[in-house]
Amino acid sequence: MSGGALDPTTAPKFQVAAKALLGDSQLRKNVRHATNVIQTKRARVVGEMPDWQELREAGKQIRRHTMRHLDFYLEEFERNCTAAGGVVHWARDAEEARQIVVGLVKASGANGQSPTEVIKIKSMTTEEIQLNKALEAAGVHAYETDLAELIIQLGHDQPSHIVVPALHKNRSQIREIFRREMNLPELGGTPQDLADAARRFLREKFLRVKTAVSGANFLVAETGGVCIVESEGNGRMCLTLPETLILVAGIDKVVPTFQDLEVLLQLLPRSATGERMNPYNSIWTGVDKVSPGGDGPRAFHVVLMDNARSEILADEESRQTLHCIRCGACQNACPVYQQTGGHAYGSVYAGPIGAILTPQLMEMHHAQSLPYASSLCGACYEVCPVKINIPEVLIHLRNKVVKQQSSGLNILANPEVMALKAVAMVFRSEGVFRVSQELGRLAELPLSRKDAQGVGWIDWLPGMLGGWTQVRDLRVMPKQTFRQWFEERSKAAPGRRAGDAPEKESGNGH
Amino acid sequence: MHWNTGYQDEAMPLLRRFVDQFRDSEAVVSPSTSCVAMMRDHYPLMAERLKEETLKAEVARLLPKVWEFSEFLTKKLGLEDVGAYYPHRVTYHASCHGLRSLHLGDGPMRLLRAVRGIDLVEIENLEQCCGFGGTFAIKNAEVSSAMLSEKVRGVLNTRAEAVTGCDNSCLMHIGGALHRERTGVRPVHLAEILASEEGGVQS
Repeated sequence: MSGGALDPTTAPKFQVAAKALLGDSQLRKNVRHATNVIQTKRARVVGEMPDWQELREAGKQIRRHTMRHLDFYLEEFERNCTAAGGVVHWARDAEEARQIVVGLVKASGANGQSPTEVIKIKSMTTEEIQLNKALEAAGVHAYETDLAELIIQLGHDQPSHIVVPALHKNRSQIREIFRREMNLPELGGTPQDLADAARRFLREKFLRVKTAVSGANFLVAETGGVCIVESEGNGRMCLTLPETLILVAGIDKVVPTFQDLEVLLQLLPRSATGERMNPYNSIWTGVDKVSPGGDGPRAFHVVLMDNARSEILADEESRQTLHCIRCGACQNACPVYQQTGGHAYGSVYAGPIGAILTPQLMEMHHAQSLPYASSLCGACYEVCPVKINIPEVLIHLRNKVVKQQSSGLNILANPEVMALKAVAMVFRSEGVFRVSQELGRLAELPLSRKDAQGVGWIDWLPGMLGGWTQVRDLRVMPKQTFRQWFEERSKAAPGRRAGDAPEKESGNGH
Repeated sequence: MHWNTGYQDEAMPLLRRFVDQFRDSEAVVSPSTSCVAMMRDHYPLMAERLKEETLKAEVARLLPKVWEFSEFLTKKLGLEDVGAYYPHRVTYHASCHGLRSLHLGDGPMRLLRAVRGIDLVEIENLEQCCGFGGTFAIKNAEVSSAMLSEKVRGVLNTRAEAVTGCDNSCLMHIGGALHRERTGVRPVHLAEILASEEGGVQS
């Protein structure tokens, strides 16, 4: 799927988008292949760590401690970053962040000339706020320099994964995009050919464009430093070659001390790409004031963006969402994501983390179908390097959605709410439950058909329940319920104790 | 079902009812991993939310007496060989809640291996969800079907006659597709296999 930006305010419901994507066999093959490759690599490098569970716990504690004292660490970061020559800006929401960045870009030109181009490092935070669109509207073209982001940009596509944004494309599709967009009709199809084409295309931008925009993996409060990890080195070119560097980060990206990176930089690469260490780890602080003609940007700005993160922090049960270090392991492990790919989630944050983060970033006004885009299988929780209990947060958010749907007159428009409330009534009383079972037997009679073994099966159910029978049959209720069998059995042989082998199946009692 | 779908207020009376019903039980055994996982993972939290000290205490006292069927046999009773006879080719489906919440590990497999006559064959991607997920199967029927299709393929690849497990909801879901496609492969709960004896009626 390509085309419009992934915008949770306008995206179709997950179910609707998923249905369309499930028909794309090429996409499903690509997603399955890529997630399997990464998962296998991850399992190998995680398996070799004897203290992986302790590391996960340490990661969780670092993130939890930081979120408990977020105000303190953010201000500490601001002080230290400023002292090192950086300029810190605060953005309440996406709109403010866009305005600040556009303003800084405009002001960054030499000789009063405002630039018409910037280069960018892969940054999900700038995707979240649709920064490229805002820059374009202000007459500034942003070149994505991360290889996968470049593929997405040239293919007029959208990212489908937080670490591997072009995961849904295979090599021959990428070749077609490069041939068309870079005007290279003779381009070969080997990885070397494609890397070479991207390198030539990007190298020219690195040398020409003087303003860069980046995200961040971590902000270090203790030093005012910033950490970015990547695989290609393109990010480092963006960080070091331009004269102005504008960094946009969510306020959740801060960590207290430099030493905390010891834990997080072990957890992140192993979880994200199945590598022991990222090929490029850039950690720097402010600007070089000692040798003004030296390396790195002359001007360094950090935009600290809230954009609903404070709201998430205020919710005791779901604030662990902010512990996320954006490794994408939950996406690779998720059996739902593996079927649909990322675009079904209608957000740059897809998969299990997207299913909890996106609706909260929207303050529950949009993306309410996402908390339901999970079978609650728990594979995400199992691989999360900072132990975010994603299923628990999903359930918490479902509760919020149900509260919205059950308020006032909404309830009448929603058969599911009515049905589940009715079933809850039935479960509350044994008498009502027994009567309902009998009524159920009557109700299923006209739908039931006997198979060759004389067992009744239902192959069509009305309304919402039709989702079940579209691919599954449903066996009718047994003639005798377990409850009835249990009661009769105790009457027939009062001396027997629970735990004896049941007679029903064995046929020859004791 | 209510708790996991978001109907937490509706789930609360069911907690009270459970405590009332089983207060004096020596052991509470459930043939469903997801039911036991619900109790262990969420009942303490629910009692906490209701802010009733007696209920909290009762839940804390009752929960250690709640067992999933296979763990009741392996952990509480220390059994592996229950003297069952089941001369069929069988594959085992490890339900997510059994695997990740209850950590059943190879408990059910040890029980199955001790069954006489059984031809036990392991399914590929044992740890992968079958796509049931409670109301997920209906609310996201398309994705659930895609996940189910993979699980069914796994079952068929084993050439088993029966697929067993410790969770009736997964079995109802997998069995429903196996029947729709007229594969002839049947879902059988672990308890049914362990209750089968030589000379008995085959279930």
